[in-house]
Amino acid sequence: MLDIKHLNVAVEGKEILRDVNLSIGTGETHALFGPNGSGKTTLLMAIMGFPRYHVTKGSIIFKGKDITRLGVDERARLGIGISFQRPPVVRGVKTKDMIVAAMRGRGDEKTIAELAERADLTEFLDRDINYGFSGGEIKRAELMQLLAQKPELTLLDEPESGVDLVNIALIGELLNQLLEKDCPMRKRKCMGLIITHTGHILQYVNVRTGSIMLDGRIVCQGDPHEILATIKEKGYEECARCVK
Amino acid sequence: MREVKSTQAYKDKAKAAKAKPATLGEDIDLSAFAAEAEALPYQADPSKLSAKAKKQMMQAGVILDDTKQRSGTYIQMDNMPVHYSSQQEGIEVMAISEALAKHDWLADYWWKAVAVDADKYTAHVELSQSNGYFIRALKGQKTVYPVQACLYLAKAKLAQNVHNIIIAEENSELHIITGCTTASGDEPGLHLGVSEFYIKKGAKVTFTMIHNWNPEIAVRPRTGTIIEEDGLFLSNYVLMKPVRSMQMYPSANCVGENATVRYNSILLAPPGSHMDIGSRVLLNARGAKTEIISRALTTGGTIIARGYIEGNAPDVKGHLECRGLILQGEGTIHAIPELKGNMAGIDLSHEAAVGKIAEEEVEYLMARGLTRTEATATIVRGFLRVDIEGLPPELDAELKKAIEASEKELM
Repeated sequence: MLDIKHLNVAVEGKEILRDVNLSIGTGETHALFGPNGSGKTTLLMAIMGFPRYHVTKGSIIFKGKDITRLGVDERARLGIGISFQRPPVVRGVKTKDMIVAAMRGRGDEKTIAELAERADLTEFLDRDINYGFSGGEIKRAELMQLLAQKPELTLLDEPESGVDLVNIALIGELLNQLLEKDCPMRKRKCMGLIITHTGHILQYVNVRTGSIMLDGRIVCQGDPHEILATIKEKGYEECARCVK
Repeated sequence: MREVKSTQAYKDKAKAAKAKPATLGEDIDLSAFAAEAEALPYQADPSKLSAKAKKQMMQAGVILDDTKQRSGTYIQMDNMPVHYSSQQEGIEVMAISEALAKHDWLADYWWKAVAVDADKYTAHVELSQSNGYFIRALKGQKTVYPVQACLYLAKAKLAQNVHNIIIAEENSELHIITGCTTASGDEPGLHLGVSEFYIKKGAKVTFTMIHNWNPEIAVRPRTGTIIEEDGLFLSNYVLMKPVRSMQMYPSANCVGENATVRYNSILLAPPGSHMDIGSRVLLNARGAKTEIISRALTTGGTIIARGYIEGNAPDVKGHLECRGLILQGEGTIHAIPELKGNMAGIDLSHEAAVGKIAEEEVEYLMARGLTRTEATATIVRGFLRVDIEGLPPELDAELKKAIEASEKELM
């Protein structure tokens, strides 16, 4: 389980998150809503442990262990994975190399080929990662790497942005594989935290709880579909007014 | 061993250029190096060469214990050819002295792709002619395995002078791997190598050169290539070991329609190494194409990465790509890409980038579970990986082996 307690996070000396509290139970997936600049990506980056996102207060507990001071790679090896919204192009490093890296060097040719087929990226294995990829291809490549990594907690930053309707179904399918949708709830281990603007992904993924982030704080929690309907109807202004 | 006999006209031109400094690179004092070395015995069986020499040669891609995977072998130690043989009919591999005696017509190729009076180094090679290799694929012949050549500097403070000629006759295919290396890890030496390539109509030559010198050696290769109609020249150069001073600017001249040239260079400069390395292509016939790609990596040394493409005919196309990475310390990478177009309808482009490894890329890999060191190594390995189209698998493997060996030391 993931337990975030009273978390403050600063970026380049500027405080972005203030007193964030969030719990995700084992096997649960959580959606995070909020207007641009509200701090959603900062929260994901801080959970993953990127050095630019400096925790000034509070703690992040993952599987009972305080990981607040651990490095990115240590958190990845503990079982946290992230799908970037805009991952970098790394020239010379092939998509296949990324899968091998995610599998900690244990990837055999057959497993790699199967993963690529599932993500419809067979022809991309020998291409430089993210180089010349379309929006949908980038997202699928991110999820393919996560499927190779098998994290227990998956952080997803707008998995549906820049993706057409054909791709979104495939992305939903890959996400469900990652989050063990076919596994009975009581046996399910994998957790997810998904940032979504449009909410399209909620049609494909079983999300139990939604949170709204405004100005660096989580201000409201509830049924994600209900939250989404409210946002669509009344906008975040209503949320801001409601929590005052 | 026969002596190389050149004409008086070349001797005269060389004498006139004896003191002519090269346009680029540090001026090397030739008088500091011995011209003569002891005569070495010819070895009919190259596997009988000393274990030390074989080990050094192996690191430069030259295999002597089992030559079944080679179409031919040429070994020169200092200024003596100590072995040459061809394992395939239709492929000639011999000392240039013998080839000049055997083929009268070879004089027509002598100093035709490189000017004898280009600088004091070409002049020196002509005036103190020692030997070199002659490799030729007869019309329509294709090498099954690569031909290998090794130029080995055994004696300290020696100037090794080499003049090579490579001819691919019409519609032939020739794959060559050349390893240049030295016996000593720290003795000074000078390697002067003239290489002239002639690629006839429809012929294909891949030339992979691996240099393993030492921090005290100066190297001045002088290379010219003439490519006829539909010919292909693919040149790969790997220098990942220290060298005191290396300067070369090989030039390829596309004289036939649709001639194609590709140059790939992979350079690593440790502290104290100075490398001034470029590739020059003249697109002189309709439809000629070229691609020049270099990867320069410094851990403290200096790399000047040059490139020059000149378009002088309709529908020619050229692209130059230079990427430099300063890995640590105070190394310098100076990329000098040049394009010159002399008529409408040509298409020349270049891209050059010099920098350090982007932190964002390292963190991306770390987010998949790699440590910082592993992530950096993966990015460097990717940087040095140049996908070479048209290279036979054996040569591709040799090239990768040479690069991987240096990567390990680097990390």
